[in-house]
Amino acid sequence: MTPFEEELKKGKFVCGECQNCKKLVWPPSNYCNRCFKQVTWRSVSQTAKLIEFSKKDDVIFCIAEFENEIRVMGSLQTDTKPVIGQDLKLIKCSYNGNEEFVFQPK
Amino acid sequence: MRKVALAGFGLTKFSKEDGSIDSLMLSATKSLFGNMPNLSQKDVDVVLTSTNDDHKYLASIVSELSGIAPKISHSVESLCNSGANSAISAFSYIASGLADVALVVGAERFDSPGLVLEWDKSRGQYKHPIFWSSIFTKAHARKYGTTKEDLAIVSAKNHKNALDNPYAYFEKTYSVDEIMNSRNLTDDIRLLDCSLPCSGSAAILLASEEAARNLTDSPIWISGIGQRTISAGFTKNYELTSMKSTIDAASMAYEMAKKEPDDIDVAEIHDAFSVCEIIEVEDLGFVKKGLGKEFVRTLYETQDKKINPRGGLIGAGHPLGATGIAQIAEIGQQLQGKAGKRQVSGAKTGLVQNMSAAATSSSVLILQS
Repeated sequence: MTPFEEELKKGKFVCGECQNCKKLVWPPSNYCNRCFKQVTWRSVSQTAKLIEFSKKDDVIFCIAEFENEIRVMGSLQTDTKPVIGQDLKLIKCSYNGNEEFVFQPK
Repeated sequence: MRKVALAGFGLTKFSKEDGSIDSLMLSATKSLFGNMPNLSQKDVDVVLTSTNDDHKYLASIVSELSGIAPKISHSVESLCNSGANSAISAFSYIASGLADVALVVGAERFDSPGLVLEWDKSRGQYKHPIFWSSIFTKAHARKYGTTKEDLAIVSAKNHKNALDNPYAYFEKTYSVDEIMNSRNLTDDIRLLDCSLPCSGSAAILLASEEAARNLTDSPIWISGIGQRTISAGFTKNYELTSMKSTIDAASMAYEMAKKEPDDIDVAEIHDAFSVCEIIEVEDLGFVKKGLGKEFVRTLYETQDKKINPRGGLIGAGHPLGATGIAQIAEIGQQLQGKAGKRQVSGAKTGLVQNMSAAATSSSVLILQS
């Protein structure tokens, strides 16, 4: 398992950051895709921005953007109509062979 | 760079057949040899196989089963655009002078492992293609007002076109209402807005100018090629109403062929989902951005077969590794004037667009008679 998966399994969303290039490397990898130096794993902000969404059965799924840089698909729990650009909070993430991200409006 | 011709093709009926990948490939190869009486196994010096199937040493096995002892043989995998990728590889071998005649054969089983890209962590628990296509559909509807009816028209048109394609999986038409009322997979797409993974195979023969003259009276020339991979992660598509990889690939192909979008008489494009065709006619430059839905509606209402005459992926079915090759075979027949009831009158220049993994990679080929 990669550090991304290990931490996600513990409910923590981490992403590799290149100290040399000052950028997040996404989708996750041990090495920077610009300079190939090893990344440092760090926590990602718990706040994201709603980019787009749709719904399957009763579950809203969406793309959310963290730190104006990396985008993730996850489910969105809300009682109100989602609005593109609204702030979301990552309330749960997990890994059991598949990654899972759950958001709520902030 | 040497000229490269499409000299022949072989197709099989797309189905839910439970055959092995090598037997599917042998069927298309057998069909190709049947269509090309002047072709002998000893003429073939490249054999490329295109599939997502987990199968070892496939190009050598297909060569063995077909009695070919090629100089170059290997497999090409790039999810849904494996077919165009393998054709481009074969083109390169011939254009460079490394080889003269290449057999390119693609196949897939209905239960292909290529349907889901597990690697893409950015998709979270939403790895099935219906999720990215729902997001594209929602974003396009939000920006350009694309309706469920606009989407259904793509599917109605392509199922109708497929009726004249003897190799298509689907053998019936659907009304726009039937498509709109088919099962909701998500809020944004219905079952009949989707292409169907199926079993099938397709083969083409590419040849140098000199070799082609001995093999066919009506060679079709591959005059433009473009290809772009922007990422392997769906969420790197920052603009969700366009396919950046297709825009780039088309630009390269038009430049190489010295052609413009208006020069294209007929095109096979990658309608994995209804919204894809609407986005692609825009991104290939056939119509201004946002007017794709009106363009497709006019094709449907006037029974114009310019886009996806064989029925596209929605009408013909989508055996992943065979799709790009079947698209090229269709444009070849169109430019030879041999497409029967599917024929676009007077077609001289054609285009193929094949893409993979939520449009993270696209290939575009331009062919001319």
